[in-house]
Amino acid sequence: MTNEITYNYTLHLADNALILAQRNSEWCGHGPVLEQDIAITNISLDLIGQARSLYQYAAELINGSGSPASEGKQAASEDTLAYLRDSREYKNCLLAEQPNGDWAQTILRQFFFSTYQFLLYQRLQQSPDATLAAIAEKSLKEVTYHVRWSSEWVIRLGDGTEESHDRLLNALDELWMFTGELFMPAGYELEAAKAGIGVDVSTLKTEWEQRVNEIFAEATIPTSGREGGWMQSGGKEGVHTEQLGFILAELQSMQRAYPGSEW
Amino acid sequence: MNTTENISVQKIWSILEEVCDPEVPVLSVIDLGIIRDVKITRKDGEEEVEVVVTPTYSGCPAMDVIRMNIRMVLLQHDYKNVQITTVLSPAWTTDWMTESGKQKLKAYGIAPPNPKQQVCNTQLFAEDEAVQCPHCNSYNTRRISEFGSTACKALFQCNDCQEPFDYFKCY
Repeated sequence: MTNEITYNYTLHLADNALILAQRNSEWCGHGPVLEQDIAITNISLDLIGQARSLYQYAAELINGSGSPASEGKQAASEDTLAYLRDSREYKNCLLAEQPNGDWAQTILRQFFFSTYQFLLYQRLQQSPDATLAAIAEKSLKEVTYHVRWSSEWVIRLGDGTEESHDRLLNALDELWMFTGELFMPAGYELEAAKAGIGVDVSTLKTEWEQRVNEIFAEATIPTSGREGGWMQSGGKEGVHTEQLGFILAELQSMQRAYPGSEW
Repeated sequence: MNTTENISVQKIWSILEEVCDPEVPVLSVIDLGIIRDVKITRKDGEEEVEVVVTPTYSGCPAMDVIRMNIRMVLLQHDYKNVQITTVLSPAWTTDWMTESGKQKLKAYGIAPPNPKQQVCNTQLFAEDEAVQCPHCNSYNTRRISEFGSTACKALFQCNDCQEPFDYFKCY
């Protein structure tokens, strides 16, 4: 039982990292300037690396569990988990799958997500599950750079020109309703938290808002007036926006067409 | 551990000096500080070598090549049973890079990492720790981008000699 909770929880963390990485990687070769193209692609790479560690661990858990899910199927691996699951089986937050939009939207999505991941990994480092704790400890170093980079860009855009300011406000309109889900635990998250393995994400909300508001204040973006608005959720339970299907179609096309292909 | 095994372990450490980072070929895996342990065990009279490696960055593609090269070089020295184990914790830090590794980096044109406590935080627009230009040794340099040509590097430029250069950022 604990194994299954840890499996679902680990998959959720992995899916978040992979889907956001896939989104960011769409910028490769299209960034506004070379240095920032390289930066966002580097962030993608870090997230793919984190996703790999998490998928490897999830595969280990499911293969060793002897549960019905593992019977009669090929052994799970990081590849089968990333390439052969359908959108309803993906457990990433809706925020991660939202389109890149313009640079402001990509930046704001990264800023929201990295700030969340930073707080989450800080706590997860203390997990009694040694593998999750080790992945969190390692990832935190990388996420620290992502937080810094994306925060600086939010300030630069918000406190920049009239146009960059407006674009950031538009991005905020697009993305804000997907931030609530980050702190609404899914069933497996609650169980993982109860078992002491995972983090109760609802406890991260206050600090997240505080950090976001600090940056918004510097970016001359209003820090109030968004309370009580509608928050969209469902991604963690496999109910996604229409965006995820398109992402998976691209991400998985090779393995779907040529199963098990390698190069 | 008896003395013979001690000597064999020592020998493997010295063989590993030959394995270089494919992205930064002046650095060996020993210089990088990513080899955490070397163990020799005997099973049914056969010798098995275990090399414990810790990755630099989670997504660094060089790690796969490094693992393969470790296997290759040990095979060339007639070690047929090689097990390469990856450990994540404690997480690798640039503080584990050897002093000679840092000097080799500099000679190669890459500024070596400063001690980690200087930048590993989320402080914004932080005045960069003084990164020394590997070409003219000036400390009057500026950061162009937090992220560079590989996951482990940032892009800098020297305000004195004007040369752009890579900085192996602290981790």
